Amino acid sequence: MNISYRWLKSLVPTLEGSPRELAERLAMLGAPVDEVVDLGAEIGGVLIARVTEVRPHPNADKLRVCTVDAGTGEPLQVVCGAPNVEAGRLYPFAPVGATLPGGLQIKTARLRGEASEGMLCSARELGLGRDHAGLMTLAGEWAPGTSFRDALGLDDARLVVDVTPNRSELLSHVGIAREAAPGGRADVRLPDFPGGSAVSVDAKPAAENGEAAGVRLSIEDVDGCPRYLAAVIRGVRVAPSPEWLATRLRAVGLRPINNVVDSTNYVLHELGQPLHAFDLAKLAGPEIRVCRAAAGETFVTLDGVERTLEATDLMIADGERSVAIAGVMGGQNSEVGDGTTDVLLECALFDARSVRKTSRRLGLSTDASYRFERGVDPEGMPLALARVAALIVAVAGGAVVGAVDLNPRPFRRRVVELRPERVAKVLGVALPGAEIAALLDAIGFEVEDAGASPLRVSVPGYRPDVEGEIDLVEEVARRRGYDSFPEALGPFRPTEIPQDPSVAVERKVRDVFLRWGFLEARTAAFSPVAENAVPLLNPLSQEEGFLRTTLAPGLLRRVEHNFAHGVRDVRLFQVGTVFFPAADGGVPREELRLAAVFSGASRPPHWSGPAPALDTWDLKGLLDEVARLFPAGSVQPGGAWDLDAVTAEGERFALLSDGSVVGGGGAVDAKSIDAPAWAGTVYALEARLPERVPDVRGVKYAALPTFPASERDLALLVPDSVPSADVETAVRESAGALLEAVFPFDLYAGKGVPEGTRSVGFRLRFRAADRTVTDADVDQAADRVLRALEERHGVRRR
Amino acid sequence: MVEELIAQLRALEGEGREAVAGAGAAADVERLRVDLLGRKGRLTGVLRRLGELSAEEKPVVGAEANRVKGELSALLDERDAAFASAAASGGVPRVDLTLPGRARWRGGLHPVTQVVDEICEIFHDLGFARVRGPEVETAEYNFTRLNTPLDHPAADMHDTFYLQDGVVLRTHTSPAQARVMEMFQPPVRVVVPGVVYRRDPFDASHAPAFEQLEGLAVDEGITFADFKATISSFVRRFFGPGAKTRFRPSYFPFTEPSAEVDVSCRICGGTGCSACKGTGWMEIMGSGMVHPRVFENVGYDPERYTGFAFGMGPGRIAMQRYGIPDIRLLYENDVRFLEQLS
Repeated sequence: MNISYRWLKSLVPTLEGSPRELAERLAMLGAPVDEVVDLGAEIGGVLIARVTEVRPHPNADKLRVCTVDAGTGEPLQVVCGAPNVEAGRLYPFAPVGATLPGGLQIKTARLRGEASEGMLCSARELGLGRDHAGLMTLAGEWAPGTSFRDALGLDDARLVVDVTPNRSELLSHVGIAREAAPGGRADVRLPDFPGGSAVSVDAKPAAENGEAAGVRLSIEDVDGCPRYLAAVIRGVRVAPSPEWLATRLRAVGLRPINNVVDSTNYVLHELGQPLHAFDLAKLAGPEIRVCRAAAGETFVTLDGVERTLEATDLMIADGERSVAIAGVMGGQNSEVGDGTTDVLLECALFDARSVRKTSRRLGLSTDASYRFERGVDPEGMPLALARVAALIVAVAGGAVVGAVDLNPRPFRRRVVELRPERVAKVLGVALPGAEIAALLDAIGFEVEDAGASPLRVSVPGYRPDVEGEIDLVEEVARRRGYDSFPEALGPFRPTEIPQDPSVAVERKVRDVFLRWGFLEARTAAFSPVAENAVPLLNPLSQEEGFLRTTLAPGLLRRVEHNFAHGVRDVRLFQVGTVFFPAADGGVPREELRLAAVFSGASRPPHWSGPAPALDTWDLKGLLDEVARLFPAGSVQPGGAWDLDAVTAEGERFALLSDGSVVGGGGAVDAKSIDAPAWAGTVYALEARLPERVPDVRGVKYAALPTFPASERDLALLVPDSVPSADVETAVRESAGALLEAVFPFDLYAGKGVPEGTRSVGFRLRFRAADRTVTDADVDQAADRVLRALEERHGVRRR
Repeated sequence: MVEELIAQLRALEGEGREAVAGAGAAADVERLRVDLLGRKGRLTGVLRRLGELSAEEKPVVGAEANRVKGELSALLDERDAAFASAAASGGVPRVDLTLPGRARWRGGLHPVTQVVDEICEIFHDLGFARVRGPEVETAEYNFTRLNTPLDHPAADMHDTFYLQDGVVLRTHTSPAQARVMEMFQPPVRVVVPGVVYRRDPFDASHAPAFEQLEGLAVDEGITFADFKATISSFVRRFFGPGAKTRFRPSYFPFTEPSAEVDVSCRICGGTGCSACKGTGWMEIMGSGMVHPRVFENVGYDPERYTGFAFGMGPGRIAMQRYGIPDIRLLYENDVRFLEQLS
């Protein structure tokens, strides 16, 4: 909501402080100001000048040469391209040395050979609107040389107030005034309009049907429209609005149209009541009906757009056709224009939900619909009608010849009970009833008896948001000032809600990856992949049309980003959510996952020599590490689980827990990543997040050995068909009880090793708990092992 | 006999030290090694005579021989390494200790995670347990149960991604409030960090998915004063002991009274600068006393229980803290960015 500081001050003469101080006060009352725009500061050097003579430009068809009286005593020559420049009229004039909005500095210039000492300005050049068709014409009489800004009251400030959706009444100058005034509502007045006076609009009370100055009115849908006031004004002269009115509208960011339409907009911004003026001559009947649209009916709104309606849309119709979409926008067919002499003014109350539905479906949000959706004051309607009628008579002439107030469902004020002890219970401070009553009274609530408990509080029509006791508690806190309440931390009982188990798991996962030098990534959950995925009904783009079912592809896109920026060493991990459609079509299922991608060197560059690239064995080592987080976790060669689609066949691993696959990893294949030629192989792994951290409570201490171990290295010729894991198993099974550990320590194939075999060096470590292992022990064990290997796998010693 | 052998060993040690120090090239070091410690070297020569000693004497001389062997061998190794590195760099025959050490890749948490963890730790100290809520929510939990009718303009405050009729990606972490209260009885003190979704395309200040952190405290006797004190305590610990807190009235359908919480601008200290748009304050969270209707919706007695709730954006806080000008940097996951901030 845009508020003009000058306008506000005209309603609250007691208002003190600068626009910025006002903004600060409003913020502390719950209506923060996003921005304070100084109006007029940029046009401080602009004057009002009279064009005394207009001649054709000798060298240009579209330019004219004007003589301008800017009050300096010296006539100035100014070249002007505007079609509407006329001798004898007043225009805003930027003399040499002045600056215009946007920083344009006016200098002496020659335009097609003619000197020009200054610039006659359009409204747009002055930042006063979009109108660039010609010079801004001034309706009024001022001496040339008068400051344009001062003459038009443009030294104003616009406060852009961020009004929360519950506070409809703050969408008006009066509403803001009531909050901001030092004395609250008592300080707010509605001054007479320049050149006008209050007009009596004697609206005849009626129910669903009534009549005003020969116009028949009826409400056919009372739910959609509980109240409809109308007034008929005859004899108006439609013309541009006087400058004071146009200036006010511009100050709040509106474009002046004509004196009748501007009047309705003015009162909307003053009181918050949407109003509409119909050209009475264009209403068939003349008659006004509030009814629902015919399904499929088309209707052209004021903005020239043809709209298709549904049977639930509330409309205003005349005797023959629709003339407005109720509460949203009027129609072209009954628009007030230059030829209009008689108008019918509508001041209605439309159902918030109905307006909201129509406005949203049509994608058409207007000043009117915005307010109806949030709630309009049913009590303020007669005043709004009188106010707009007075304004129209003041600026467009004419006279009110009849008015009616269809009020089939009269508004009754809500009375809310407020217990002072409840105030104390919520706010922590006991406030006397009289203080509570005074705080509420300032903004329009009425308290029957400040000494009673509960207090009976009657809620004004402009506060439809106040429905219950807690709403009043907030009003009390707000008006008293949140700062006025103490900060005091009382004793509290500890909660017994357990921490979510995933928190501890996630911490373990992070520990692993941080140790391995990985950086944590965060990626959004959207994906272009449709397969077995949950679609979004309203995605931002096709690329983001589904929810991801796997994390790794999102991380690969991040690898690509890094490659594209010349970063070749990338190690990223993430813990995140993936989504799957529910089997029964119900709420999609979520699953927490961990994933990592990496490429490049195994450590930062060092002068002592090149670092090896991270490779499959780093992947397997990392997977082994992740496997330790799972119950009975292990890593095996094979498919890469959900990464099969992005990893190359061959170098793939599956991560198992208790025998079932819970993850996998592999080298990313070339088609799944867009990598430059210099980039190294990219690896990816992904797994379900373990449900809980490994339970270490059952782990028992094993006594450390007291006797030395003895090691024996066996260089074995292993046929290519025999996996080393099988060799290891055979060693374990045959070496006997003294074997403590066995692991491969060397791998060699090539010269000196027969074709079809490879040489694998295994180191066996033997230890006894109660004595020193002897050479004889080790010899015997080695013999057993070699025999077993020969028998089972055809493996011999090299 | 023992004394004689020990004296020989000591003499050998002294000569060896001098010789190693005087070695002019790697080949000299190798020759010395053979001469001093080799199979036919001088140390072995001394040890051959061990056999002449008694069982008590042997270990005494043996220990001394081992010590001398260790000393000399370390000196030889050191000298070797010096020649080796000198050969590698072609420079002076000594170790250049100004060369950089051998580094490992340094891992790090995302800046948003760091902020989330820090916030959760502070609230942990204030008695709040960390829990999790689903990212896919029903409109019922995301809106209705939080006192936000879908046909009310308040529902417009969030632009929502729909998955199917009545199922959305949560627009805030607040639905976890209702879920926690339905599962547990007071006292409730929880924080709920997590990803939330709004239908805003990426730009400098918007992301369609971002981190939010919810907090909820419910019990008998919790007042606005507890609420203000808890939040201010958090602010001082998170932003520093001098940080001031300001509570402004606001509107959230599920809290009443509602408050926006501002913290004094960390950049200008409250005098007003471009970062705080001249106000001296930075908005950090929405909050308030839990609306009684939310209690009714989850089966708590609103006459008996009161409480407060708050929600903040760790991403925005991270941006403020590190001076990150564009939210997209948080989601590009550029390694250089992540390394800077970890």
